[in-house]
Amino acid sequence: MDAQYFSEGRVRAGGHVNYHWNWGIFFEPNPMGTGTYLDMLLSGLVLTLKTGVLAWIIALIFGSLVGVMRTLPSKAAGWFGFCWVEFFRNMPLLVQLFLWFFVLPELLPKSAGLWLKQLPNAPFWTAAIGIGFFMSARVAVQLQAGIGSLPRGQKMAATALGLTTVQSYRYVLLPMAFRIILPPLTSEFLNTIKNTAVAITIGLLELTGQARSMQEFSFQVFEAFTAATLLYLLVNAVVVTAMRFLERYVAIPGYITGK
Amino acid sequence: MFSNFDFGVIIRALPYLFYEGLSFTFMLTALAALGGLVFGTAIALMRLSGYKTLGRIAGFYVDFMRSLPLVLVIFWFYFLVPYIGQWVTGASRPISVGAFASSLITFIMFEAAYFSEIMRAGIQSISRGQPAAANALGLTYAQTMRYVVLPQAFRNMLPVLITQTIVLFQDTSLVYVLSITDFLGAASKVAQRDGRLVEMYLFAAVVYFTISCIASFGVRRLQARIAIIR
Repeated sequence: MDAQYFSEGRVRAGGHVNYHWNWGIFFEPNPMGTGTYLDMLLSGLVLTLKTGVLAWIIALIFGSLVGVMRTLPSKAAGWFGFCWVEFFRNMPLLVQLFLWFFVLPELLPKSAGLWLKQLPNAPFWTAAIGIGFFMSARVAVQLQAGIGSLPRGQKMAATALGLTTVQSYRYVLLPMAFRIILPPLTSEFLNTIKNTAVAITIGLLELTGQARSMQEFSFQVFEAFTAATLLYLLVNAVVVTAMRFLERYVAIPGYITGK
Repeated sequence: MFSNFDFGVIIRALPYLFYEGLSFTFMLTALAALGGLVFGTAIALMRLSGYKTLGRIAGFYVDFMRSLPLVLVIFWFYFLVPYIGQWVTGASRPISVGAFASSLITFIMFEAAYFSEIMRAGIQSISRGQPAAANALGLTYAQTMRYVVLPQAFRNMLPVLITQTIVLFQDTSLVYVLSITDFLGAASKVAQRDGRLVEMYLFAAVVYFTISCIASFGVRRLQARIAIIR
């Protein structure tokens, strides 16, 4: 890794008795020739959001499937769901990304492994899939709790009405459960966005990565990280506000949060 | 698929992985959990103190930390701590801070935000009668907290606190971005030296998985025991 280079930056930044602030640095051209340093950070922000949203879609799909499986009467389904959650929850995300990025291509048949390694944007896809599966375990646990919090009568009434299992989940249980777990899902979505920063280790130049390269090029450590921090806070604020509107829109009448 | 899987690489690296790597990870986890708990409890007490300004500062700190990715916070402290040290000690130039101290400070400050939310929930789960009774007995605020509220809050929240510590244990692997030799860092160094990424990363995954699994199994048993008592 370029860690040595990195710590050299620290020494240089710290070598001066006083840190030289330069807030104008954002409007100076970056050495990549892609505009200013600000453009660099913004492209990082876009990549963070892209990765986060794709990972979140994967997490929602797999998390919902697994979460539902854990509530089914079938023992095999419950066991599968249990294994899925334990597998993805008990390993650090960083290790999981390494497994996807470095180990998986080696374990596949040669041609498939080669294809995987030569994939353009490999860090992006790896990060989205790795973070998506990692978060799916958390979504599954939330959904299971949400379904479990519904009164037993709901499932029974659905069955009494002649709905099949699929129908009772589709029309009765899931619409309720998802609305109940919307607040915890919001924080899991924010976690997904924050977790994209871990993908810096497989070379994804998302927001934290761009802030770091800006620090390497310009030695303006604190300006770069301050800007990244503000952008993360902004994303957080936007997501929280949007979700609050969504929560009010889908609130269930009769519940505490209902109208 | 596993035709040239070399267990020898792992076995030869075992002493290095465990004495250098895993002991660093455990040390960092334990000290950060301890520091985070103390600092987090202080923040929780600030939030519940009834003083508006104090509560707002604590609330801001928690929200702020929780909206940033840990990787960014690690970078922040790595560069900031030498300057803070200069400011605290009054030295003429930024002091040099070792990798361990730097990452320990980072994790304490970061985890405190999460631990404080757990402790806040724990303190709020104590019935009002308890501090009222302590007050009636003539205990001061500090005594009430020390002898009545905090021991119960801590006990009620023990499973959650341990679960958070498991998360912390996994998160310490992120010090990789500073190329520190924690467990994953050690595995990755061997992997790159010997060109054995598959073996080392799979082994690292198995070790993290096993430790976390055993710990969360312990938490589940603890939860069951506490549930019977309450």
